Amino acid sequence: MSLKLQGTLQRSKASDFRLAFDLDLPATGLTAICGPSGCGKTTLLRCVAGLESDFQGTVRVGPCVWQDAVTTLHLHQRALGYVFQSGELFAHLNVAGNLRFAWDRTPVDRRRVTWDEVVELLGLAALLERGTGTLSGGERQRVALGRALLKSPDLLVLDEPLTALDRSTRRAIYPLLERLRDEFAIPILYVTHVVDEAARLADRLVLMENGQVTNQGPLVELLTAPEPGLAHGEDAGAVVTATVGQIDDEFHLASLEFAGGQLLVSDRGLAKGAKARVRIHARDVSLALAPSAGTSILNILPAEVIDVLPDDQARVVVRLRIGETILLASVTGRSAQTLELKPGKSVWAQIKSVAIL
Amino acid sequence: MMLNAQDLAALWLTLKLALVSTLVLLVIGTPLGWWLAMTRRRFRPAIDALVSLPLVLPPTVLGFYLLLLLGPRGPVGQMMTALGGQPLAFTFAGLVIGSVIYSLPFVVQPIRDGFLTVGRGPLEAAATLGASPRDRFFKVALPLAQRGFLTAATLGFAHTLGEFGVVLMIGGNIPGETRVLSIAIYDHVETLAYGRAHLMSGGLLVLSFALLLVVHLVNRRYSGVRT
Repeated sequence: MSLKLQGTLQRSKASDFRLAFDLDLPATGLTAICGPSGCGKTTLLRCVAGLESDFQGTVRVGPCVWQDAVTTLHLHQRALGYVFQSGELFAHLNVAGNLRFAWDRTPVDRRRVTWDEVVELLGLAALLERGTGTLSGGERQRVALGRALLKSPDLLVLDEPLTALDRSTRRAIYPLLERLRDEFAIPILYVTHVVDEAARLADRLVLMENGQVTNQGPLVELLTAPEPGLAHGEDAGAVVTATVGQIDDEFHLASLEFAGGQLLVSDRGLAKGAKARVRIHARDVSLALAPSAGTSILNILPAEVIDVLPDDQARVVVRLRIGETILLASVTGRSAQTLELKPGKSVWAQIKSVAIL
Repeated sequence: MMLNAQDLAALWLTLKLALVSTLVLLVIGTPLGWWLAMTRRRFRPAIDALVSLPLVLPPTVLGFYLLLLLGPRGPVGQMMTALGGQPLAFTFAGLVIGSVIYSLPFVVQPIRDGFLTVGRGPLEAAATLGASPRDRFFKVALPLAQRGFLTAATLGFAHTLGEFGVVLMIGGNIPGETRVLSIAIYDHVETLAYGRAHLMSGGLLVLSFALLLVVHLVNRRYSGVRT
């Protein structure tokens, strides 16, 4: 069971935009497709779905061939769940009608989720009798997600489903997507241009630029990889997978154990032994040659410089190895020179802030 | 003053003509409007223009060519005779054909615009949810475009009620067969029976206004809900 997505799209001879990709993805987990707007992320999803008639290539989902040189399944015959950026709920049906549209068109012997399961997961019970025009943005996307899930898809694709939503609504939907990712054993393709969103949700990353896939691989590796990875710019930062260890009840601090050390974070109801995904932005990591005393920073870890990458005119990104984990630090070019940062140098990484995802 | 039997026959004929023409127009206009809204073929503008032609042509021009086509010497007339029927000119069926062509743009354009307003998004979403093309058309496109259909049916009906030139050319003035309201009014004016002409004209005016009012009220209600 795996995914094979390969092919090219050239809409017309006149257009100079050409999309080409060749991806082999595992059958579970969430793959985020990231890139600037106009790079072809959404078009890639549309090719996989069968919405682009000029697409030529292979789409194989597990044992099912959706498209190859010989056959092309019509899109309504593909076991696909598609969540559009705008939701695309049917205005002439209420929420229940929208959900039933998908449910009724899924043969009984193909159903792998139950109605109640989906309604419960996405908290749709209270919305069922509402008209689609009365829903908030977040509610609309939950309904769109439910509708896609009720089709029992073999592949779920989401096209920037949270882009139109405000920050707090997005935060409320992340846990739903995480449960979806962890509880339903279906591969998910998730298009986003927000790196932090990918860092929170994805297991794997596909990076795109100008119609081409520039890099792909496990999230943790790509976030800290030099060009064509993501170790540059405002959003640069590492993701560390950790296990919750000791909890200090006096100061409400939890210690997170990761391959290379431990981090102290504010305890917001973490359960001991639970897995936690932690985002450490490069801009929140500073470097020192000696562990500084008299600082409010809790997390100061010994590290080894892997390399120093140019970022913008004033700053550089330093890749650090802490045990088996790679972190990024953003420092000015001047500091890099003063500290004589070079591969192999031992430094202390002072981590000002840690975000639990 | 009451309408006499002849006037009532003209009224009844007019309503029957408008109703039958509207039904025929909806049957023809639905696939045509759908095609115009969805196709990417290069000759679409030509078809659009052809459909709009009755908007600008004098009805007499339309009626003249239809008369040539449907009359006893015309190709369609001769075919009808060969098949054991009679030429369509000066019959009710001929009137329906004339009205359908005359009112075509008033029905096709609202239907086309209705489908254009629906757009491809909901249809693509329906396809990803397992709906076949036929299913998408009947369960998504039609219900979402219903406002366009209501406008189309009302305009088609109202426009056919008031037609004159085409009817006169291909239908003549046969009481009970082709003598419709507008022609009866014309006759009354010719014979200086202004009272009767007033009654029928006023009636047509009120009815047409009422129909258009329905269209605008419906459009307003929908636009309030949609946005």
